[in-house]
Amino acid sequence: MTWVGANIAQVWNLSVLHLWLSVQPIVIGFVIAVPLGLVAWRYRWLRGGLLSVIGLLYTIPSLALFVLLPPVIGISVLADANLVIALSIYAVALMTRFAADAFAAVDPVVRRSAVAIGYSSWRRFWAVDLPLAGPALLAGLRVVAVSTVSLVTVGILVGIDSLGLLFTDGLQRGILAEIATGIVMTVVIALVLDLVIALAGRLLMPWARRPPRRRRWLPWRSSRTSARGATAAEVAE
Amino acid sequence: MNLFREAFAWLFAPEQQVGADAVLVRLGEHLLYTAIAVVISAVIAIPIGYWIGHTGRGKQVAVACSGAARALPSLGLLTILTLLVGVGDAVLAATVVFVVLGVPAVLAGAYAGVESVDPDVVDAARAMGMTEWQILLRVEAPIGLGLLLGGLRSATLQIVATAVLAAYVGLGGLGIYIIRGIAIRAYEQMLGGALVIVVLALVLDGVFALATWLITRARRTPVRPGDLGGPGPAETAAGTAQDQTSRSPAAATEGSS
Repeated sequence: MTWVGANIAQVWNLSVLHLWLSVQPIVIGFVIAVPLGLVAWRYRWLRGGLLSVIGLLYTIPSLALFVLLPPVIGISVLADANLVIALSIYAVALMTRFAADAFAAVDPVVRRSAVAIGYSSWRRFWAVDLPLAGPALLAGLRVVAVSTVSLVTVGILVGIDSLGLLFTDGLQRGILAEIATGIVMTVVIALVLDLVIALAGRLLMPWARRPPRRRRWLPWRSSRTSARGATAAEVAE
Repeated sequence: MNLFREAFAWLFAPEQQVGADAVLVRLGEHLLYTAIAVVISAVIAIPIGYWIGHTGRGKQVAVACSGAARALPSLGLLTILTLLVGVGDAVLAATVVFVVLGVPAVLAGAYAGVESVDPDVVDAARAMGMTEWQILLRVEAPIGLGLLLGGLRSATLQIVATAVLAAYVGLGGLGIYIIRGIAIRAYEQMLGGALVIVVLALVLDGVFALATWLITRARRTPVRPGDLGGPGPAETAAGTAQDQTSRSPAAATEGSS
């Protein structure tokens, strides 16, 4: 604990830096993945190909991507942009599947009702598809956020500072408290982001909080799709 | 793109083909670490996952554990355990880290697979006089195999990726080219190593994709007429396994009576 006391300023600065490096790819990934997920859901013939190609990106180990990306896009390995772009790629890879599943889980009866009462497809997306897919989108975003925060630490191995610095520095100098502090702060940042996203969801989507109504029509359809969507999301990680 | 040419030149240079630092030797180390960790993860996680899926108990705990494991930074875990056991026993530290990362994925695949089985099918098996063990091994395990493979697949890829970090604590593997390349500023070596790592990950992913395709191919059934709202949410093994098991209401009542 004496180490923490003596280095509190450094821990704070690294935590802020870490948070900033995490938030950027989470936001970029979400903004890119939701339209991609929509396209994957909407155009059935595209779905398989699009999701497999994006899924392949996720199989690339992070340290290898940090090395491969700079010569491809012409930036320095040490640049923060290297980390942000690489982690945005992972965010997109994870989030697109969640988004496609979220849109697919919207009850088709509700969607057809919207069409029947004359909604244009643009208006239907904003008034029906997005609000109903919202809770599942947010659940996916929470998974993305937590894994991004932990991946940021790997950047230190190619020289991009974050809380990961406490791991390498702590190992080299043999200070257990330093590494432990790094782990605790990484988990704390992940939990804080997770909480912020969950709270944002409660504020933006009060309908997701309500207990499920008794469904009198087609009960099997909605329950089945939501159950399957959930297992797919769990297994994807 | 010059860098890539240099990386390939480095990769196919004679120095990389022989000796203790040859690419094939490092690849072997990498695969060995991965295989050991995946097997240990499976031995731990599959029985627990099947128990959770079969009894329906403890799922909350499993979900919470996998969430917590996702938040843990693997590099932090690797360094702190190495420091605790000493650099000489870094293999032990690394294996523990790999297993900690692998278990949640296999666990999720195992219980999701068992859970995906239509309860009516389980009831039918029970009504036929199968014991709980028979139901688990002959009904739930085969139907849930696709999802279990999915879990093993993500565990394997996770472990392959984390094994790259093992070079940082002196364990070799393919990550050594990146770690050493940074230290001596040899970008062609880093890039060459990174390319081999990517190919390895893609090949392993392909092997699992092939295995999943082979076991689900036999079970593929036509789309149900009710599915008009676009493709199903999970057109993976989950979808096919469930579609296959969901019978007509008549068959269901027959089973449970």
